[in-house]
Amino acid sequence: MIHLEEEQLVHAYYGESDSLFKQHIEQCPDCRAAYQRLKEILDSVTGYPVPERNQAYGAEVWARLTPHLPLARPPAVWQRWWVLGPAFAALLAIAFWAGVLTEHRQAGISVTARQRVLLLAISDHLERSQILLTELSHANAEHADFSFERTTARDLLTENRLLRESALRAGDIADAGLLDELERVFLNVANGPATLSANDLEQIQQRIESEGLLFKVRITRTDAREKGQKL
Amino acid sequence: MEWTDAQAAKQASKGNQQAFRVLVERHSRAVFRLAFRMTGNEQDAEDVVQETFLRVFKQLHTFDQRAAFGTWLYRISANCALDLLRARKARNEQQTPRGDEAALHWLDHVAARDPSPERVTRSRQIAGMLEPALNRLSEVERTAFVLRHYEGFDIAQIAEALGVGAGAAKHSVFRAVQKLRRALQPAWEVGAG
Ligand SMILES: [Zn+2]
Repeated sequence: MIHLEEEQLVHAYYGESDSLFKQHIEQCPDCRAAYQRLKEILDSVTGYPVPERNQAYGAEVWARLTPHLPLARPPAVWQRWWVLGPAFAALLAIAFWAGVLTEHRQAGISVTARQRVLLLAISDHLERSQILLTELSHANAEHADFSFERTTARDLLTENRLLRESALRAGDIADAGLLDELERVFLNVANGPATLSANDLEQIQQRIESEGLLFKVRITRTDAREKGQKL
Repeated sequence: MEWTDAQAAKQASKGNQQAFRVLVERHSRAVFRLAFRMTGNEQDAEDVVQETFLRVFKQLHTFDQRAAFGTWLYRISANCALDLLRARKARNEQQTPRGDEAALHWLDHVAARDPSPERVTRSRQIAGMLEPALNRLSEVERTAFVLRHYEGFDIAQIAEALGVGAGAAKHSVFRAVQKLRRALQPAWEVGAG
């Protein structure tokens, strides 16, 4: 008798095999035993523990979500201009990194300390980038004077290039890759006209959307900050 | 009057914020469970929940009213989790180990139901072995397994979620089970011996 393969047993467990296989499992002691062993293991992972979320969780998620939805977006986000200017500290950090490394000088500061500064500068930069990307992805071409976004993109572009270079030198390929993706969006905005056509805007929004850029920025920002703080 | 998912989705796609709120509040916990099983980490799961609903909001106009909203939602959620796992992998970071708290909670639960010593020993072993075993799956295998085992997706739905053919989806489920089985088998061998 030809016994069932492991793969056939797995699909039988999930109710995806035809009746011939099921019949075989019922009638063949060897395969029945093999199926039982598989079933015990698979049954045992069903109770994979997930932290509880109570009834109010949905409301919490909603509360966290609303600031990011275009309908409920607080109009004052651009008034937080201080968030959007290139951060002086970040630029200092970058200059410091670039300087120390190009001159191949041991500045008496540990690699860890330099890494920490870089990670925090990246996190900072990503926060400002996130605000610009969010604003752009929710923007509507009709009312649009994009001169402020353009200025912001130009500032961020400069900072972005310096940070990418520093990240590359520090061997941080993943962050450098993300900054590279960001640069393409910033370039579009920075070099675009102050009044974007619906088409231009859509192109920018598609780029942000298709690459899941906002999401990556958010994850990386949190990671970089946590990692930097731990160093 | 209580909206059905389909009604709420339709209203929400027309810009009705309250309708979207109904969907978020109704499905958040389920999305969190899926996200947690995919990422094995609470903070990541929260990120996935938020990103899922942002994507849902933007894509509502593409939702086919005849389809099941839950399946569509979980598919988006699984894709967010997949993106996150890939981003993490690209950053070459170790996953933060999941809290022992959840594992202990599970143990208590199992022990209360069936307090035989072998059972408790085995559960303790599995609790410790499962997350590392899941972490060793490829992102696609983990997605396929979570959707199949915990969310009850059939092969066609998994294939659609992953954007692959049915054969590849089926194979991913099998590979995942095979790897998990090898990783967890020792719990049975020790338990029997
Ligand atoms: Zn047989």
